[in-house]
Amino acid sequence: MTKTTQLARRQQELRRFGIFAAFPLFIFVLVLVVPFFRGVYYTFTNWDGFDATEFVGFDNYISSFQDEKFWSSLFVTFAYVLACLVLVNLVGFGLALLVTMPLRGVNVLRTMFFVPNLIGGVILGMIWQFLFGAAFPTISENLDLPIFRDNWLLSTETSFWALVIVTVWQMSGYMMIIYVTGLMSIEKEVLEAAMVDGATGLRTLVSIKLPLMAQAFTISMFLTIRNAFMAYDVNVSLNGGGPYRSTELVSLHVFQEAFNYGNFATGQSQAVIMFLIITAAALTQVVITKRFEVQR
Amino acid sequence: MKSRKFLLRFWFAIGSVFAVMYAFPFLLVLLNSLKARREVRAEPLKWPDAFLWENFTEAADRMEYWQALGNSIIVTTSSLAALIVTSSMLAYYLARSKTRTASGIFLILVTSMIVPFQALMVPFVGFFGNLNMLNSRFWLMFFYVGFGVAMSTFLYHGFIKNIPVELDEAASIDGANSWMTFWRVIFPMLGPVTATVAIINGLWIWNDFLLPNLVLREESRTLPLRTYVFYGQYTSDYGLAMAALVMSMIPIVLFYFVLQRQIIQGVSAGAVK
Repeated sequence: MTKTTQLARRQQELRRFGIFAAFPLFIFVLVLVVPFFRGVYYTFTNWDGFDATEFVGFDNYISSFQDEKFWSSLFVTFAYVLACLVLVNLVGFGLALLVTMPLRGVNVLRTMFFVPNLIGGVILGMIWQFLFGAAFPTISENLDLPIFRDNWLLSTETSFWALVIVTVWQMSGYMMIIYVTGLMSIEKEVLEAAMVDGATGLRTLVSIKLPLMAQAFTISMFLTIRNAFMAYDVNVSLNGGGPYRSTELVSLHVFQEAFNYGNFATGQSQAVIMFLIITAAALTQVVITKRFEVQR
Repeated sequence: MKSRKFLLRFWFAIGSVFAVMYAFPFLLVLLNSLKARREVRAEPLKWPDAFLWENFTEAADRMEYWQALGNSIIVTTSSLAALIVTSSMLAYYLARSKTRTASGIFLILVTSMIVPFQALMVPFVGFFGNLNMLNSRFWLMFFYVGFGVAMSTFLYHGFIKNIPVELDEAASIDGANSWMTFWRVIFPMLGPVTATVAIINGLWIWNDFLLPNLVLREESRTLPLRTYVFYGQYTSDYGLAMAALVMSMIPIVLFYFVLQRQIIQGVSAGAVK
């Protein structure tokens, strides 16, 4: 190849880059990349939201970890992620098994289970704020049921479980869709062969369906972990992290720290810590569940 | 066979119970949106004595529902259009270019998908607030492109990769430049991914709370924001608050019933990739 054609090629490549890629990448860099690196940089300074005048080393990280509320918020977040991981996937998979049976009105069921997912978390939180805070106590009173008589949002433990219940209600329909896709991808012949061999329903489920759709588990567990770590909307509108900031998940904590208390640098350090935790947790989970996947 | 039939009936019953449980919160909100405040307080389960349609008109008035709905529609559609144009172009470049730079860019885009918005929001507000770019629907659209372009480009990339390059070459022999080739030949073939991209991002942008909450003020607020503020002010007047919730859900539920199949397909395609 001669030098001139090489040069011409280069020029053409550059022109194509200019036409198709430059503008989208410019926006991407300005909106996402720049704030990300500036954010990391700020955590090592005394940033107050406007100026950063001085390097402070790891001071912001140290004060993050000295913040008791941050620890309790991390702890609640871990408990919440774990509870959601188990319950959302259990319920989602159960619903998927249910709606892949030859039942009457199965499409209606699918729709019902999926609808909460369409609606924003803030609205869902407000709905349940009404249920737990006003409707359930009155209904329990009227029907003389003990379980919901007290407002669940006013005590730490029940407020936490209220948050989990709303999340399961919100996310399980979405995971159901992923599990249905997984179940549908199993070849009919394999299932028929199992039936001919006399495998029971449970046996087919454990020995054939589960291994063959392990990928669906990888995906939906990844999504559950990610979404639960990042949960903000339901938290803010259901109980606002209450009572007394005891159910404040890490997202809301970062928000409060930075925007309500004005500790921008500390808040940002906590956000960076949160990012590292999410990345680590998501990668660990993917590595573990990938092992269970079967090559077809 | 008889036991099988019985079993299916059993599972049908279980399914129905679950469906009622899932729908119950919505039904309760709907029921109480038509009641007077005193009735909601006393007996949330009871059928309304009289349908109070005024709850809806009054709530719509006080939260300026139509303005909020208009804001949501403008923000969502303009952001979607910008996102589709930018990410399909970027994906086309990345899928066709064989250079190392292109694969590097692609890798960065994919990696960036794991960064949560929360890790960016504080410096984001600092940076764009100082530039006076907050509180504008135009810049909000710009921000949505920035945050959504990685995922959308990824989806488009997977599809464009499988379109034979011979098509581009044929178009170029016919005298089309690369711009025309893309918009006349390639883009029209991207229909299915465009639908997926539109649905996933549309649901996200429509329901988003955190970003518009940081960016938009008063009259430019979107529907979820306006509903949230209204609900906070009227928690004691439950009839009105419930009517506001119902109205904030109607658009998306209608949309779902019209495009049900595409939404389910789009959501699962987006998740699995």
